Amino acid sequence: MLPSPFQFERPSTIADAVRAVGDSSDGMFYAGGTELLLALKMRVIRADRLIDIKGIPGLDCIAVNGMNEIEIGARCTHRKISGDPVIREHVPALASLCAEVANIRVRNVGTIGGNLCFGEPHADPPTMLAALNARLVLEGSRGTREVHADDFIRSEMETVREPDELLRVIVFPQPAGPVAYRRFKHGERPSVNVAMAWSLNADGSTIRSARVRVGALGSRPQPLPVVEVALRNVAVTGARQAIETALPAALDQLEVNADRHGGADYKRHLAGVLLLRNADEAVIAGGSWLK
Amino acid sequence: MTQVLAISFSLNGKTIAVDVPAHMLLIDLIRDRLGPKGTKRSCDMEVCGACTVLLDGEPISSCTTLAVDVDRREVTTIEGVTPSDGLSPIQEAFVLHGGLQCGFCTPGFIMAVTALLKTTPHPTDAEIRHYLDGNLCRCTGYTKIFEAVKSLAGRQDAA
Repeated sequence: MLPSPFQFERPSTIADAVRAVGDSSDGMFYAGGTELLLALKMRVIRADRLIDIKGIPGLDCIAVNGMNEIEIGARCTHRKISGDPVIREHVPALASLCAEVANIRVRNVGTIGGNLCFGEPHADPPTMLAALNARLVLEGSRGTREVHADDFIRSEMETVREPDELLRVIVFPQPAGPVAYRRFKHGERPSVNVAMAWSLNADGSTIRSARVRVGALGSRPQPLPVVEVALRNVAVTGARQAIETALPAALDQLEVNADRHGGADYKRHLAGVLLLRNADEAVIAGGSWLK
Repeated sequence: MTQVLAISFSLNGKTIAVDVPAHMLLIDLIRDRLGPKGTKRSCDMEVCGACTVLLDGEPISSCTTLAVDVDRREVTTIEGVTPSDGLSPIQEAFVLHGGLQCGFCTPGFIMAVTALLKTTPHPTDAEIRHYLDGNLCRCTGYTKIFEAVKSLAGRQDAA
């Protein structure tokens, strides 16, 4: 399969890229192409112009900023994130996630920004970034704006990003407790995934707050507010029991699509299993968190 | 109107200067325009690994890579790792261990293993399985391929 012909441009600044892409949605930003080229080849989407952002310096940096937040440039490949010393030190669960996305070839060229902007429901990073309370910084013709990861994906294959807004960087606070991610899959993409991030108190014995996100079940990652409330101010050692008590009501609130990955009840059940395994991992990690 | 771009890149060590349509895929440039047919098209969606080539030493899916993106870079195909006479140590290991039957997926596997052993000369069992997770073989059941790669671990001449 071959994509329809398109014009190809290689701007060297964000401003030029935004100008080049235009706001009529016939131009698209292009980096790794692991999602976009597939869709263009299958002719499920069409682009008259591809704006290659790989020549724009600074979009593939990973750093801790002055506010003690972690910044990941949108053009970072999954491979780069999985091996980055900052990510491995502060968010090892994100490094592991990126080391397992799709396959080695996709990880070598596919970018985290492209993954987010595609809005594919069966994806790994969006669930994790929502649990990490990440913000996505968009640069457009009308200036810069930040969108919370929770609000970025609107529906299947649809985000709040305007056609002429470039996702520049992903920012999230350094985790203040263990972070865990698990998925179940039987193809390239996750059928169900669950991410959980705890903020612990000063001595690491109590969960101050928890963020839990379940992905791939519906059209976008979903919070589990019943579980989050149940974990507030709970001793780390009591986390599993608190989740088990809250779980039936929490799972009932999930929007679950039956699709080729499985029936709704089956996937809802899997979400509970993955969540409890995350909890077991977090309890073990919790003890060593402060060291 | 189709936009045509001039690119120059290294294919198996030889410099190639060629004009390509912006929407041309790397696999079509290699197979249809430049000639070598060892790189195989199969799933056409980055899942099976049959079209694996190395770009600056790293495996990529040539079926889902634009030809313009290899400008000023190094592309290696199965022809580039095959000696003019005989087989490379990796290829020999696949033969010795029965790591192929129909052979269609084999060029992709050889390229992936080449990249693996370059960066990880002593891969663990888990590292071999993880790295080759994205290369599919419908004949061997993978055990023989795994044994072939395992036999190469630590061999100086493998990568």
